[in-house]
Amino acid sequence: MFTIFKRELKSYFTQPTAYAVICIFLFMSLFLTFTLGNFIKTGDANLEWSFFFWHPWIYMLLAPALGMRLWSDEQRSGTIELLGTFPTTIWSAILAKYLAAAVVWGIALALTYPMVLAVNTLGDPDNLTIFSGYIGSFLICCTFLAITCLISAFTSDQVTCLIISCSICVLLVVIGFDHVARALAQSFSESTTDAIVSTAVLDHYRPLLRGAVRIQDLVYFFSIIMACLLSTSAILNAKRA
Amino acid sequence: MIEVSDLSKHFGSKTVVNKLSFTVKQGEVLGFLGPNGAGKSTTMRMVTGFISPSKGDAKICGVSVIDHPKHAKRHIGYLPESAPLYNDMTVHDFLKFCAAMRGLHGKAGSSAISEAIETCFLGNVSHQSIGTLSKGYRHRTCLAQALLHDPDVLILDEPTDGLDPNQKHEVRQLIKRLGQSKAILFSTHILEEVDAACSRALIIDQGNIVADGTPEELRQQSGTNSLHDLFRKLTTKETD
Repeated sequence: MFTIFKRELKSYFTQPTAYAVICIFLFMSLFLTFTLGNFIKTGDANLEWSFFFWHPWIYMLLAPALGMRLWSDEQRSGTIELLGTFPTTIWSAILAKYLAAAVVWGIALALTYPMVLAVNTLGDPDNLTIFSGYIGSFLICCTFLAITCLISAFTSDQVTCLIISCSICVLLVVIGFDHVARALAQSFSESTTDAIVSTAVLDHYRPLLRGAVRIQDLVYFFSIIMACLLSTSAILNAKRA
Repeated sequence: MIEVSDLSKHFGSKTVVNKLSFTVKQGEVLGFLGPNGAGKSTTMRMVTGFISPSKGDAKICGVSVIDHPKHAKRHIGYLPESAPLYNDMTVHDFLKFCAAMRGLHGKAGSSAISEAIETCFLGNVSHQSIGTLSKGYRHRTCLAQALLHDPDVLILDEPTDGLDPNQKHEVRQLIKRLGQSKAILFSTHILEEVDAACSRALIIDQGNIVADGTPEELRQQSGTNSLHDLFRKLTTKETD
């Protein structure tokens, strides 16, 4: 598993993909923080509304951009046949490739450290709350990556994977908004609407931004991640059956 | 070394491989002949454990590919038909990756890589990016990864496809040489390769074995001492 992980990680940085995604993420996150986020005027030392608030919006488009090649590329180029005949399990390969993509995003997030330095210089933040915010941000990114990983197992076309993954990620973000919930309530029963709205990512993200690391939020993120990765394994095995 | 028993594969209602049974012993080179779509690649993919058979089993050095796939795959070196490679890696890095996947690290890995590079004549391109290689070099790089761990069994799907006549000759000579100590199964629809490299050959058509024997036996079976005539007689033509 470690061999595949190393290869994938190196591959991200020998091609422009990782650099492009990291640069765009850094630019967008900081641009939004200082413009729409009104970082200086708001004076939000815990970075909840000015900085972390924008991350799901950026991830829902960028995370699939990094993850779309996870299995689509292997199927298109035929290297999945090599992986399938090495003395390793498909699950090891799935985990290794997923973790490599997650590490790239971890690096991108870590590179936003100047924001932490800035608020510590300018104000008096609760650094544990900021740390909790980073955990939430990383978990959202990993969730969207896992969804993209699953979609990439279905198709060898990266563009199709990107479009479908982005659509699912956008859906998971927007169903957390009140006017969307109200629109759903007009078409579905109350219990169905509640069930759909409970899958919204933002409802499980906001508590983490406030420093509340709740079990139910962690369970939510890890459940989706594990469900997607296990489903990826099922799809890839089914294709070979 | 390779024991295939009643191997079958169905895709929906279509039977692609129908109860194939054959063995390949150590020191034997079995040529797998057949027209396009006969089921050669599907059979090889089942024997290597890449796809699961609908019925039957394949054993590599006595280990079932279905029951103990990881263990069985350690004994196999496989060259897929499309010679898939990672275009963003250099030849050396790719072989290093494959060696590591086979449990060859450090000095053992370096030694295996050097030997594979020498055997497959990749010395000139070992630090070149795979994406820039010609078809012949790509094929040889993929063949090199199959040889790294000195497997007991080699399964090569059309190993000379797309190579120029010199390269074809080199690969056939290599197969013949390796076949003295290993069990080799290779597929082709170039009948000249049967005489050049095989100790035995199977002809399959529409998933069924239609002929099995040494090159000499097959020529006698044709009645005209010609493998081409036997092939045309026993296999389904697209004009049928």
